[in-house]
Amino acid sequence: MNEAVLNGLNEPTMKVQSNRETEDSLNIEYTDTVGQPLCDDPKISTRNVDVFYADNQAIHDVSLDIGAHQVIALIGPSGCGKSTYLRTLNRMNDTIDICRVKGQILLDGHDIYQKKQDPVLLRARVGMVFQKPNPFPKSIYDNVAYGPRIHGLTRNKAELDDLVEDSLIKAGLFQEVKDRLHAPGTGLSGGQQQRLCIARTIAVQPEVILMDEPASALDPIATAKIEELINELKENFTIVIVTHSMQQAARVSQRTAYFHMGRLIEVGETDQIFTNPSHELTEKYITGRFG
Amino acid sequence: MKISLMIFLLLIFAAFSYFMARQKITTAYRQHKSKHKILTLPKYFGYVAALSSLIPALLMMFFLQMVEEPYINHEISSFISSSQFDDNQDLNLYMNEIISADTPEKVAALSAEKQQVHQRYMEIQTTTDRTQAVIVLSLAILLAVWAFKKINTDTPARRVFERIVEGILLLAASIAIMTTVGIVFSVLFESTRFFGEVPILSFMFGTEWSPQTAIRADQVGSSAAFGAVPLFVGTMLISFIALLVSVPLGLMSAIYLSEYASQRVRSLTKPVLEILAGIPTVVYGFFAALTVAPFIRDLGQSMGLSVASESALAAGLVMGIMIIPFVSSLSDDVLSAVPQSLREGSLGLGATRSETIIKVLIPAALPGIVGGVLLAASRAIGETMIVVMAAGLAANLTVNPLDAVTTVTVQIVTLLTGDQEFDSAKTLAAFALGLMLFITTLILNVIALHVVRKYREQYE
Repeated sequence: MNEAVLNGLNEPTMKVQSNRETEDSLNIEYTDTVGQPLCDDPKISTRNVDVFYADNQAIHDVSLDIGAHQVIALIGPSGCGKSTYLRTLNRMNDTIDICRVKGQILLDGHDIYQKKQDPVLLRARVGMVFQKPNPFPKSIYDNVAYGPRIHGLTRNKAELDDLVEDSLIKAGLFQEVKDRLHAPGTGLSGGQQQRLCIARTIAVQPEVILMDEPASALDPIATAKIEELINELKENFTIVIVTHSMQQAARVSQRTAYFHMGRLIEVGETDQIFTNPSHELTEKYITGRFG
Repeated sequence: MKISLMIFLLLIFAAFSYFMARQKITTAYRQHKSKHKILTLPKYFGYVAALSSLIPALLMMFFLQMVEEPYINHEISSFISSSQFDDNQDLNLYMNEIISADTPEKVAALSAEKQQVHQRYMEIQTTTDRTQAVIVLSLAILLAVWAFKKINTDTPARRVFERIVEGILLLAASIAIMTTVGIVFSVLFESTRFFGEVPILSFMFGTEWSPQTAIRADQVGSSAAFGAVPLFVGTMLISFIALLVSVPLGLMSAIYLSEYASQRVRSLTKPVLEILAGIPTVVYGFFAALTVAPFIRDLGQSMGLSVASESALAAGLVMGIMIIPFVSSLSDDVLSAVPQSLREGSLGLGATRSETIIKVLIPAALPGIVGGVLLAASRAIGETMIVVMAAGLAANLTVNPLDAVTTVTVQIVTLLTGDQEFDSAKTLAAFALGLMLFITTLILNVIALHVVRKYREQYE
């Protein structure tokens, strides 16, 4: 069934057009996305997504489903468009003037790029964690309470306290900070800051969490904690994670999508992608021949 | 010898010794064929040689210049039997007359006795000039030769040069500090003289200001009263109105420029806004006096209010417009400096742009914003021209912005302009006012610094 849908969606075979040396030297014919880009129970479905920065096309015709309560990892070499694609999912690209998005992106079947969709409300449903920990220069408590306060999620101080505590517990940070909730969030270590940012995101009670290389600025121990956390979070949230580390993708995700030069090359079960990739480019990337 | 010529000669010496020293070291390097590859560049030896003759010679020159005048005065006054003068002031007058006779016609116009003195003066000056030139130039040459002989490849020229640079920088920094200290002390000294005549408490807490002192005992209507309260209230009132105008407008335009405006609009608007700061205050002054003040008076009358034709409101409004750029430009810079990641973090949580600005960006940029406001406030407190023209000279003790008031700076101006004896209570009052103003702004600074420290939200 997937094959049929895809053939209808995608353009016919084309050659990679690029002046990059690696590309020329690889000189690999590349076809439609291979594998299973679609799934039965999608939280977000994207169809034929193109993204342009002014006249520069950063994403070419990406069709991909993101399954509910799953972790999907987006991998690929630098500049392949995986972060750009991620940022289309909560319309974070709107903040960049020259950025245009074409194609269809559905969240629970509703087009998030339609006129009447308020990007601000969308971002409350689709939260985001960034590469570099970016706690606000406020106290730990105020950082977590920031989202609930602007969205009016709680009725009184006690409820807010509970929500903050609950979010910090879910982010695995509460034990470490419970005695200094009113100390500045910027005083925490890098890994703690990143978990604070995750707590801040889950406090808004989103349905989807986008993570843009959440552990790339952290040491291995902090990274392990974040990965553990991602595993727990998928019970309640749908998670899309961009990562440079293939080990990380293998550890945390159920599905993996490989991007290359703005195109979605291959999607599949994570085990299958890392053990038995179908596409030559994917294989070369995961075996470390470029990227 | 003229000072400019002397400096020119010293520079030539310095250049010469630079090249000589460099040459010497280059040759030495060539002969040595040192096994170390990394050597101090020859130019550093040149710098050291040049500066070690130039700097002491310049210092000596300035020193001699400073002692020259007292020396000549001393010589002349011992030449003319100084007993014929009652006090120093007369002697100074006499000396001035002689020194200012710099053309033959003027000399011819002097009395015979004075002509004699003048001739003596010229002689002394020629000698001192020559001596000075000889001392300075020979010192320069001596040092240049000494440095040239002393310098060899083992001299730590790079470190010495670094030290000299450090010294020059320290000197530059200390000049600003010493000037400040000097001003503070001179103001303090004159103020104590003033407080010798007028009790400090009646100055600080007196509510009446009319500085006209009687010259003759039988004059009427000139009972001096030096109560500074009306002036400070006037200053605060006008500054408050100015800040009331400039802080919201400035801050909002800064937010627009840094967060909403496109690059094109920003690049056009920002310079235009900054031009506001470049308009001479006197232009603002007549704008305030001729356009704004009458407008406010007419508006007030149409609403049945009595408005003075010169009002604190008019001066404050115009001053507020004037200091907008101080607030907006600085705030714009600090807002733009807040990392993009904080904006994205807030937007990513579903905050709107205005929520992001109010809750994240402004707190993060607060120290800079307070700095801008403080700069604007000190500008407002120190502003004189607009107030002279638009708010008047009447020292009314009032907080009604529709009345005419006056400020500290305006009173300082009126106290010191015109023919004044410089030791009357009236002129000395200017120093006391200056001191009070200085202390006020100092306190404001300290408070602002404290506020910034307390509410600062630090980002990295």
